[in-house]
Amino acid sequence: MFASENILEITYLIATALFVLSLKWLSSPITARRGVWAGEVGMLLAIAGTLLHKGIVDYRWIAIGLVLGTIIGVPLGRVAMTAVPQRTALSHAFGALCVTLVGTAEFYLRAPNVPQFMMGVLSLEVILGSLTFTGSLMAAGKLQEVLPQRPITYKGQNLVNLALLAVAIGIGVALVMHPDKTYLFPFMIGIPLAFGVMMIVPIGGADMPTVISLLNSYAGLSAAAMGFVLGSKLLIVAGALDGASGFILSVNMSKAMNRSFTNVLFGAFGQEQVTVAGTTETRPVRSASPEEAAGILAAASKVVIVPGYGMAVAQAQHKVRELYDALTKRGVDVKFGIHPVAGRMPGHMNVLLAEADIPYDKLLEMDDINGDFPQTDVALIIGANDVTNPAAREDQGSPIYGMPILDVDKAHTVMVIKRSMGAGFAGIENPLYYMDRTLMLFGDAKNFVGSIVRELSGGHS
Amino acid sequence: MQLDLVTSLYVFLLAAFIGFEVIRRVSPLLHTPLMSLTNALDAIAVVGAIILAGEGRSNMAKILGTIAIIAATSNIVGGFMITDRMLKMFKASGPRKP
Repeated sequence: MFASENILEITYLIATALFVLSLKWLSSPITARRGVWAGEVGMLLAIAGTLLHKGIVDYRWIAIGLVLGTIIGVPLGRVAMTAVPQRTALSHAFGALCVTLVGTAEFYLRAPNVPQFMMGVLSLEVILGSLTFTGSLMAAGKLQEVLPQRPITYKGQNLVNLALLAVAIGIGVALVMHPDKTYLFPFMIGIPLAFGVMMIVPIGGADMPTVISLLNSYAGLSAAAMGFVLGSKLLIVAGALDGASGFILSVNMSKAMNRSFTNVLFGAFGQEQVTVAGTTETRPVRSASPEEAAGILAAASKVVIVPGYGMAVAQAQHKVRELYDALTKRGVDVKFGIHPVAGRMPGHMNVLLAEADIPYDKLLEMDDINGDFPQTDVALIIGANDVTNPAAREDQGSPIYGMPILDVDKAHTVMVIKRSMGAGFAGIENPLYYMDRTLMLFGDAKNFVGSIVRELSGGHS
Repeated sequence: MQLDLVTSLYVFLLAAFIGFEVIRRVSPLLHTPLMSLTNALDAIAVVGAIILAGEGRSNMAKILGTIAIIAATSNIVGGFMITDRMLKMFKASGPRKP
């Protein structure tokens, strides 16, 4: 081994260690920014070491790539916090694109003499890479609302999708047996590209947290496969970490939506929505004005706010923060109960609330807050519906039966800010709204919270 | 430098275990930054693209390699930037600054 090779290997080794530390430091908000720093240093070291690699004869293309990549990357690092889910989906697509292109080039450089083991991982790399590329683009398009968010389903959809995937894998196997049949290779890219589109077509907006996590996992696995092909331990480790992260998040999300894990693995989302036909309830509900709501909140000693994606859509988080401030000033204990699927990607709601300057130690996970509801004076629900539906706990016939929910119905008083009595995305009635201790606050979330805040600050103090 | 299958699998297996243990401990509070950070780290695939574009073994390798560098670099730059922006926003309660 040459000395420069050794130096390169050592920079990769240090980068690997820094990557693991980076994720370790992310375990707490206190050390998290150090984690980003460790990741950046590791990345710079690895890139610098690679640039010194003796095989590189031409730096022009590398320079162009790095400059253009930076020009595209900077605006992607500056998007609004509400747009983070689509940005993330887009970056999964870019990662998958990189992996697929490198895999393609490697194949044509080596063909027809590709060893079987290498052809196997190369096939895995290219298949996963291509389907993640189009799948993530579709997901980003749906999240950005340039594509219809409504799930599009047809008869035999799963069969078609599985057949596409099976054909792609079949071609991969054929290439492992006969790597000289290079004409098969474009099909091994094209079919998964089509599969990626078909996979996302039946998925609706509310299933996005699971889908993004799953695509994250695929992107990581394809990068790890690329590491196998190139013989790069660093890339294998980075891909494995990313794959593991996506896997853990997918499992979390599927548990939070009460889907089985096989359901998630095979991408069979968004099909349990059998709309309950014409059972619109006509039972009376109690509604209240901002003044009444403010009065009840001011008299409370413990308030839990449950935000949902509707709060973000209404851009109400800054008003919610004002409400938090006004109540805290009066000595009311205010906490937030966050359901794992609140928002459009895992942890999204926490980011939106943190952006509004709400301290992170007031943001509690479902399992941590649920025990508190029986001692809570007011549970205030803003833009959330199904994650608070007691039918998930009690009604075995409900489509969402078994889904873990926030037990807001156990609070002394429940207040729900809602535009109208329309059902949630799943079209499921929420019995919570008809309880005796529930007050419906009809109106736009931002305006309604704003009115409550005005009452609280103008009224008494 | 070429690794054999068994060595690669060892590396993958151990990294996956470390990944599970480390990432399981990440607070759900930070799951969005987690995803953007792992995404940036994953873009280390840029090293493969750099070698491909730089060695210039064929024109196709140069072109595909360059596009791959663009894609990966935008993930590195954008991913680290947005992760840091998000993490900066997470503040503990306590005396609020005026």
